[in-house]
Formats: sequence, C-alpha cells, structure tokens
Amino acid sequence: MQRLNPTPRASVDEPWQTRVAWGLGSLMGFLLFWEVLALLIQHRHLPPPTVVFSAMVREAESGELGYHIAMTLFRVAVAFVFAMLIGSAIGIVMGRNGRIDQAFDSWLILFLNLPALVIIILCYVWFGRTEVAAIIAVAVNKLPNVAVTVREGARALSRDLAEMAHVYRFGPWKTLRHVTLPQLAPFFLASARTGLSLVWKIVLVVELLGRSDGVGFQLGTYFQMFDVSMILAYALAFILVVQVIEFAVLQPIAARVNKWRR
Amino acid sequence: MAQIGERAAGPASGGLEIRVDRKVFPAAGSRPAQQVLRNIAIDIEPGSFAVITGPSGCGKSTLLNIIAGLDHDFEGKVTLGGPDTKVGYIFQSPRLLPWRTVYENIALVLPDGDARHAQIDDMLRQVGLEGFGSQYPERLSLGMQRRAALARGFITEPDVLLMDEPFVSLDDPTAQALRELLIGLWNRRPTTVVFITHDRAEAVMLGTRILRMSGSNATIDQDETVRLSPSERTDRDKVLAEQRRIFHET
Repeated sequence: MQRLNPTPRASVDEPWQTRVAWGLGSLMGFLLFWEVLALLIQHRHLPPPTVVFSAMVREAESGELGYHIAMTLFRVAVAFVFAMLIGSAIGIVMGRNGRIDQAFDSWLILFLNLPALVIIILCYVWFGRTEVAAIIAVAVNKLPNVAVTVREGARALSRDLAEMAHVYRFGPWKTLRHVTLPQLAPFFLASARTGLSLVWKIVLVVELLGRSDGVGFQLGTYFQMFDVSMILAYALAFILVVQVIEFAVLQPIAARVNKWRR
Repeated sequence: MAQIGERAAGPASGGLEIRVDRKVFPAAGSRPAQQVLRNIAIDIEPGSFAVITGPSGCGKSTLLNIIAGLDHDFEGKVTLGGPDTKVGYIFQSPRLLPWRTVYENIALVLPDGDARHAQIDDMLRQVGLEGFGSQYPERLSLGMQRRAALARGFITEPDVLLMDEPFVSLDDPTAQALRELLIGLWNRRPTTVVFITHDRAEAVMLGTRILRMSGSNATIDQDETVRLSPSERTDRDKVLAEQRRIFHET
C-alpha cells in the first residue's frame, strides 16, 4: 500500500528543543555503541569512551589540553582570516573581470589540486620551520577554495540592482555595503563553513611536521607512545571546540544574513 | 555632426532634449549586429507626462536606458534639465534590495543624513504601505512591491521620473489602483515623466502626450497631445474615446 504520509523530514522549522534532543540522542547512541564495542574487543588500542574522558579530564587539569588547543586555535584563526580576505579579493576580481579570470584560471586550478602536504613541505623548506611558514602553508591551502566560491558569487552579481544603485546615485561605498556585499554574503558564509573544518585539519598536519606545540604536535607525541586514549581525548576535545564555534559564531551569522528570505 | 553618447545638462530644469540618431546592439556570438533605434528627436517640456508606446521589443526600454544614462553606446545626445537634475527611475521589475526592509530601501535613495523619518512615513502612507516599512520586500505581493518602488521613485522629488512599464504583470484592479495612485502623486508634485508602456488605455489615461514607436529599427511615428482633464482620466468611457481618436481604432 502506498504511504500517503511519509515520516516528515527533519526540518529547520521544528522547535530547537526537538532538534537538540535528536542531536543529543544520536550522540548518546554512538557513545553507547563505542562503549559496548570496546567491552567486547577488550584491547588497549580501543579504549572505551569512559577511559578517553578521564584521560581528557586529567590532561585538562594539568593545563596541557587548554594550552595546545589554544595554540592550534590561534593558528586556525590567523590562517582562516588571511585565506578569507585574500581569497575573497582574488575571487571578486576574477569574477568581475573576464580577462583576469582567463589569465589566472589555470593558476587557481593548479593550487586547488596541489596536495596540502606538498604546500606544507615546501613552506617549511623555503621559510624554515617557523610560525609564519606554518600559517602561510595553511592559508595557501585554503585560499583557492575561497577564491573559487566567491568568484561564483561575483559572477552572479545582479546587473539590475547595480543599475538601480547607479541611477539613484548610491556612490561606491553605499553600493558596496547595501548592494554588492549582501549578494556575496552567502558565498562568504559557504566558504567560511567549509573553510573552518578544512583549516583545522591542515593545521594539525602542519603542527605534526614542524611545530613543538598545538594539538597536532601532541597527537604526534602520543602516537609515538601508542597512547590511543590521549589521541582520542585531543581529537574529541578539538571537535567539541569546532562545534562550539559553529553553533555560537557561524550559525547566528547565517541566521542574521538570511533573515530577509521568505 | 552627431556626438557619441553624450548626456549633458541643459538650461531648463526638468526639460529633456533627446536625440538618438542611431543605436545598434553589437554582434555577439552568432547573433548579428542589430540596429534598434534611428532618427529619434524628442523635446519634452518640463512638467509634462510623456508616454512612449509601441509593441514589445521595439526598443522602448533601450531608449529609456539611454535617457537614464545607463547606456552610453549610441550616436546622439541626451540633454537633461539643469546641472543638478535629479533623476528617478521606476523599473519594469521593482528592483528593491531584498535584504533591506521597505523603509530602508526608500531611505537609501536619500542622501546620507537626509533620511527624515517623518518624510518616509508620509510617503509610505501616500502609497498605501503604512505599517509595512519594517517588512522585507519578498514577503510582500508584487503589487505592494511596486508601491514601494513608486515611493522610492517619488521620495527624492526627482526633476525627471522615468518609468518602464511599472504596472505590468498585475491583475487589472491592482494595476488600475496603482495608476490612480500615480496620477495622485503626480498631481501633488508635478514632475517631468517619461513613461513607457505597450498598453494603449494606460497610455491615454496617464499621459499628457503620447509618442508612438513601431516595428524594428524604430523611430517615433506619431506625436499626439492627450485631450483629457484630470477628472476625465479616471472615467473609462472618456479614456476609451480618446484612445480611439489617437490610435485610430474603430
């Protein structure tokens, strides 16, 4: 028999309590699955979540966890800001100017496909194992993604609205603020969201290869000791931080940018 | 000799001198170059309501974009009123900024620091949008968006107001209500209007003068003065009789 009322799709129209309850429930389910699996396998390379959390608490109390997460966050933030600013500028110029777009399109494709590891190694070789080299490596990895996304936005800018702004003498500043940037906002936001998850993963590799602090450095250290609890403790702690940024920073910005939509 | 695409400020405030000797759309891709306008010479008196009418695709909007200074690629010369002539343009689609409220859309066309609250509220009331200032345009019906576009066009008190079929794709009662609104706004604050439409009844109802264009590579074929008093303009029979006279309809 045909079902006339399929299970409703989870939607953003649901009350937030329902969404949070589902999210938490799903997370609890995963932890339970992990705990049971660890109990069944009984191997020190698969510690149960309880052991991982106690390792996390110990590391937090000693101040190590906080310090290394802060160092990683600092690198993420600086590299992210540079990649967004420079990538957006490149994207806007290429999106608005067909000649420049033609001239540099293959450069963009080249950088887009250059493996992250190659960029990191080259930066360390050329600039030494310094903080600046580390941040440049991360920013250069992210930059082409931002440029490509923002370029799409810049190509699609409305000519109708530009003409309106011209006739009503908006001037360059008013046009930028009220006509151009609001059209690019969804593209900035899209690249910021994909950017955050990409950037922090690359930062860990950069730290593993050439820094003496940060989550990546700690992961490398505990890898040498085969301390899986600690590796998971750091990974989970950082996932938590990234989620907090997503919910506390990016989602409110997205809600604000989209509030005019029907 | 014709000057290329010049748009200058002349002596009389709000008057227009339009000379478009030739307007060609250059070839693009497989499409050959196409001449759309030729030998157009129109002088529009300050304070008159000139309607340019003709079939769809004959180049009316192109002509209006040239007058507005949005298109400089033509042979001829367009002269608009005085040096500080303010131009308003009400487009075929409302062209409101969807991410700004109705109130902000209107305030934005006023010079910075000149956006007076009372003035905007008064304008919203005049176009029947009282209480809708804080709404975003996409949450309003097309008719209401067009009202907001009218408010934006009139708030700057332009010397020249250009209108490009601003009432298309509306149902007839809504369009008629907006035409009456436009007549009211114009009577309260007369300004030079260049209005484009393919709707003959609309042309007669609104215009003090009708300029007819036809065919491709168009020019002005006919130039008529509308003999209707303000009160007769809302009388359907009077409008129809005048329409028959001007357009030689039987």
